[in-house]
Amino acid sequence: MYHKTVGYRVFNIFNHLLLIVVSLLCILPLVHVLAVSFSGKAAATANIVNLWPVDFTLESYAKTIDNPAFIKALLYSIYRTVLGTAIGMTVIVFAGYALSRRNTAFKSRNVYMWFFVFTMLFSGGLVPGYILITNLQLINTIWALVLPMALSVYNMILLLNFFRTIPAELEEAAVIDGAGLFRTMFSIHLPVSMPALATITLFTLVGHWNSWFDGLIYMMDTSKYPLATFLQTVVVQQDFSKMSINPQDMENLSQRTVKSAQIFIGALPVLIIYPFLQKYFVKGIVLGAVKE
Amino acid sequence: MKSWRKGIARTWPLHLLILPATLIAIVFHYVPIAGLVMAFQDYKPWLGFMNSQWVGLKHFHSLFMFDESVQVIWNTLIISVLKIVCGLVVPIVTALLLNEVRKQGIKRSIQTLVYLPHFLSWVILGGILIDLLSVKGGIVNRMLEDWFGLQPIFFLGDGDWFRFVLVVSDIWKEFGFAMIVYLASIAGVNPALYEAAEVDGATRLKQTIHVTLPAMLPIIVVVATLQLGNVLNAGFDQIFNLYNPLVYHKGDVIDTFVYRAAMVKGDFSFATAVGMFKSVISFVLIIAAYRLAYRFGNYRIF
Repeated sequence: MYHKTVGYRVFNIFNHLLLIVVSLLCILPLVHVLAVSFSGKAAATANIVNLWPVDFTLESYAKTIDNPAFIKALLYSIYRTVLGTAIGMTVIVFAGYALSRRNTAFKSRNVYMWFFVFTMLFSGGLVPGYILITNLQLINTIWALVLPMALSVYNMILLLNFFRTIPAELEEAAVIDGAGLFRTMFSIHLPVSMPALATITLFTLVGHWNSWFDGLIYMMDTSKYPLATFLQTVVVQQDFSKMSINPQDMENLSQRTVKSAQIFIGALPVLIIYPFLQKYFVKGIVLGAVKE
Repeated sequence: MKSWRKGIARTWPLHLLILPATLIAIVFHYVPIAGLVMAFQDYKPWLGFMNSQWVGLKHFHSLFMFDESVQVIWNTLIISVLKIVCGLVVPIVTALLLNEVRKQGIKRSIQTLVYLPHFLSWVILGGILIDLLSVKGGIVNRMLEDWFGLQPIFFLGDGDWFRFVLVVSDIWKEFGFAMIVYLASIAGVNPALYEAAEVDGATRLKQTIHVTLPAMLPIIVVVATLQLGNVLNAGFDQIFNLYNPLVYHKGDVIDTFVYRAAMVKGDFSFATAVGMFKSVISFVLIIAAYRLAYRFGNYRIF
């Protein structure tokens, strides 16, 4: 019984301590930023804030909400996230369902699979993609942020692997009852796959919310920056060159507490859905990794 | 011919379901691949692909002629290899240590905390790191000074420290998430094996070495092999959000170099050539990696 030996007990205590310290280190940076965002301007400038606000105030949040550029970016982010997730999920659910059919019933399945997988292995890269968006005249439109991301082959494969674990008997029963292809999908596959669909929807939501680079290169008009791009250029890099901004807002934006508040608001939606996400993603990943 | 027609009659709804995905793949993934021809041209936006001048391999030649771009290739390799090695060792060790925690509540709380950073973007984490590592009163430098009496360290302004920050912060973001597959493989070990080892008098350390690790080996081999495809991916999002001209000599990598060549200098064709150089090598490595992973771990993508 190794549990009872002195050596193992000593190890066990140190192991617990180590793991607790490591896991706290993972989120303490976030706690620090939160503390700074709730602190007074003077305390933050004097660098005396650690993990708890000093001179508690909501001033930085008030200033953030007063900034029309920030609110605009926030709304645009919500818009692209909702639209992008709706379109993206529709595309991969339909394709994933069709590709989950057996090779005998669907001969061209393998051709399609290689066609899609190839897009994960090789890409034209930054410049050809940018020139394509320019030539399609999608610059400065929401479609530049939504369409290129609409097909996530990785998520599609996760989903189709899940569809394949559904017992054939369920489907046969539906077919005997006279259900066609679409009916089977809506009344058998989708309801049974709710956990997988929820996980992948949340992954897609987070992906759109966090996406910043497309906004940076495809949006010439800075008032159409999604929040992640706004945070990247204006808040973190402090690059005001592309924006017309009044001096008052500029001063506010460079204030440390206001910066921290904006960074925290940027992270907030992810923090809110994280508990739901965590409930499912472990299953989803293991399912994707372990196949029949 | 007749059976082919019969097949279409039966499967057209399936083709229809895949149609949106097919169109997006063609327009946004395959058309840009055709756009790679500009790597062999002096592409001018106002002339287009048809009228721009063909220059053959000129841009690929200059890639290896400039000291700057050769340095960028080295930086990419050094940074990504450091990340791959640490990104393998840290999650495996943590998974083994976490496996020793018996209380499910503690175990789950630890998991909740360490998975979180994976879901935050490098914009957020970069913003946090720039604040934490600031030379003027960032909390990390303050602690180093108060506890050890050290001079402030220029984490994001000194090339070597910058690489160090890249590796450590990459572990911070990803080690928890990377641990999941290892925890799953540990959970799959037959308890009878441990009981047998116990009867033979094996200590916990010996059980870990002779039972747990061999059970994890297949998945470790698969993950390690698949990383081969990433040796030219040093992490664009992370570096772009943390770097500055002071650390270009040690922190500039292929992807950031391509971005600046294209979007800042407007040198489209050269940037495309550098990007293509990376894509082609990565493609070959990924194919090799999948073949190896299939051979050693029986791993398939679909």
